[in-house]
Amino acid sequence: MSSQSKDILIHSSAQFGPTLIAGLREIWAHKFRSLLTMLGIILGVSSLVAMSALVKGMEKGAKEALIAVGGLDKVRVEPQELPVEQRHLQDQAVGITMNDVTVIQNGAPLITRVSPEMRVPVTASANGKTFRTFMCMGVWPVALEMMEHEIEHGRMFNEIDDEMARSVCVIGTATRNELWGSPEEVGKEIVPVGETIYLNGVPFTIIGMFKHYESEQDRKTRELQAKQAINSPTNQPAQTGPQRNRGYSRTSGGWAFWIKNATIYMPLNTAYMKFRSGVSLTGFGPRSQSSSTPSGATGDPRLSSLELRIRDFDHLPEALQQVRNLLMSTHKGIEDFTFRTQEEWAEAINTFIHNARLSGGLIAGISLLVGGIGIMNIMLASISERVREIGIRKSVGASNGDIFFQILVESTVIAMLGGFLGLGTSFALVRLISTISPTGNAPIVTATAMLIAFGFSVCVGILAGLLPAFKAARLNPIQALRYE
Amino acid sequence: MALVELRNVSKIYRLGGEEIRALDNVSLDIEDGELISIIGPSGSGKSTLMHILGCLDTPTSGTVCLDGIMIQNASQRELAAIRNRKIGFVFQFFNLLPKLNVLQNVELPMIYSGVPGGERRKRALAALEAVDMVNRARHRPSQLSGGQQQRVAIARALVNNPRILFADEPTGNLDSHTGEAILSLFRKLNQDGRTIVLVTHDPEIAAVTPRRIEIRDGRIASKIDLTLAGLARGSAQASPASPPS
Repeated sequence: MSSQSKDILIHSSAQFGPTLIAGLREIWAHKFRSLLTMLGIILGVSSLVAMSALVKGMEKGAKEALIAVGGLDKVRVEPQELPVEQRHLQDQAVGITMNDVTVIQNGAPLITRVSPEMRVPVTASANGKTFRTFMCMGVWPVALEMMEHEIEHGRMFNEIDDEMARSVCVIGTATRNELWGSPEEVGKEIVPVGETIYLNGVPFTIIGMFKHYESEQDRKTRELQAKQAINSPTNQPAQTGPQRNRGYSRTSGGWAFWIKNATIYMPLNTAYMKFRSGVSLTGFGPRSQSSSTPSGATGDPRLSSLELRIRDFDHLPEALQQVRNLLMSTHKGIEDFTFRTQEEWAEAINTFIHNARLSGGLIAGISLLVGGIGIMNIMLASISERVREIGIRKSVGASNGDIFFQILVESTVIAMLGGFLGLGTSFALVRLISTISPTGNAPIVTATAMLIAFGFSVCVGILAGLLPAFKAARLNPIQALRYE
Repeated sequence: MALVELRNVSKIYRLGGEEIRALDNVSLDIEDGELISIIGPSGSGKSTLMHILGCLDTPTSGTVCLDGIMIQNASQRELAAIRNRKIGFVFQFFNLLPKLNVLQNVELPMIYSGVPGGERRKRALAALEAVDMVNRARHRPSQLSGGQQQRVAIARALVNNPRILFADEPTGNLDSHTGEAILSLFRKLNQDGRTIVLVTHDPEIAAVTPRRIEIRDGRIASKIDLTLAGLARGSAQASPASPPS
């Protein structure tokens, strides 16, 4: 008898199913209170998801912009203020010249391509309109590959054009839009190839036009608008608002595309011949004010910058050292140049993304924490009004563990429901943000973010339930039964 | 061996350094199949005795043996298991869970003993049948009269087929007519072989049980066997285990 009786001491715990149902029933019995309790979790989860979607969108936009300006294996050589110890040698500084280009082409095997640039800030006028751009520059035809440009209409100027210093140029769509109107405004795409454009009053023949550069997001928006315009042509003016497709402040990465679209290329020799005195007005270089005519020891015209393409990105430091060694000799040891790599920009993007993620995550985490405190508060209130119930359950054989489990399941279920609702809400929140926010980078909701946010909400629910569950489990059944 | 054996059980509470002997050296045997009442005024210690008998509490000293299990030093978890399988409680205020319907209330003990859903329902309906409440299975406790609620509470107490049923002032909240009906239900259950302990302060109610134990100041004041030995289903022979006072 005793062995059979002792078996009873091995208590089988309450099954999960009925406990879960009891928890759901309890939540359903206090619908409004439960919803308020969930609100903290809902907001926490949705802001976590929305935040990560926003950052993801920005990251994508920034990466696209980075690729648009030529990728990571591009290095720019720019003039620079002389270091303090060489200030007194300023008169002997030669600046970046064609001489450097030749030297690098011949002496730096780690550099595959060199593209000299002579920047000419111009006022372009044609078709009775004017447009100021600082992206007008004299280049070699190689700049096309260097800057990842693509000619869509007409042709790029070639070596002969450069050699003969012909007055020809290639423009981007932004220039076309400013002078002739954008396709959205005019209703058809104007290709001004063959037209004459006046750059600072000098007539140039447009021989080519680049394709329109834009982020994926912008392209989608534009295509959608175009489609809508076709479907309902009467609404067209309303849909293509006057300023919708202009301005480079519209998207965070958009300025990179806008600048690219505003480019005007002319042959380097042409720029040298026609705007030679204007070179000094580029705003680059330390001596732009002092010398109105390019004059150096070599007699070469001063360039505003060089673009270099590295053979292998992994050997970036070595390649830079090669170029540096060469330039130090041509510049007579005067360090009046500097390297600007896209790496810095990529680094900056990464830092920004990291910071945005950290601060956003912190805010969302705090709101989840507040949600958890809300749950704990309500669970504590709930068990103190259910003391008698707990006493009854214990009197019919619920163990401390059963009660603990029941309260824990309740708080976890609240948090999970809140998490689910929060995931739903996050989509609405993302939509809201993307309609009111000035950055056109569409937020990208990722499954990982949703999973993490939901996991967090479950953890918060469990943590918030621990203390109330512990308190409930420890109630003395006799006192609990007497409780009024 | 008796179903319940109490030997020299004491329960001492400390209240601000003062010792309160709620139970003082109590020895008691309850035989299988007995209908017994524990009677005493409030504060006499009868509730403490019931709590110890019902495994809601453990004694400060002495031994308690219930159905062969020594419970004086059982863990909380073991006590919960014993309450679940061996003991049924009926309370003065019914103590049904208001949010559950009658059937779910009766199913409650089986949830904690891990009875699967289908069997749980079958056994709950059988228990409700036994107290004639099966037609109210879907009602909420608040929709029932006091007598009906107490019947449901009895069904819940019986559903795990316990060895012993404790009723703490079961008629205290009912009118005399309904109370009489509940008492006759207890008598009927006892005739079917159920061991029942009635805890009351009312001598009239205690009068219906063959054996009465009077508690006063934490001690057993008297044991009164009004009925003939034969009527108490063999319990009379075993009761001399503790000497009459």
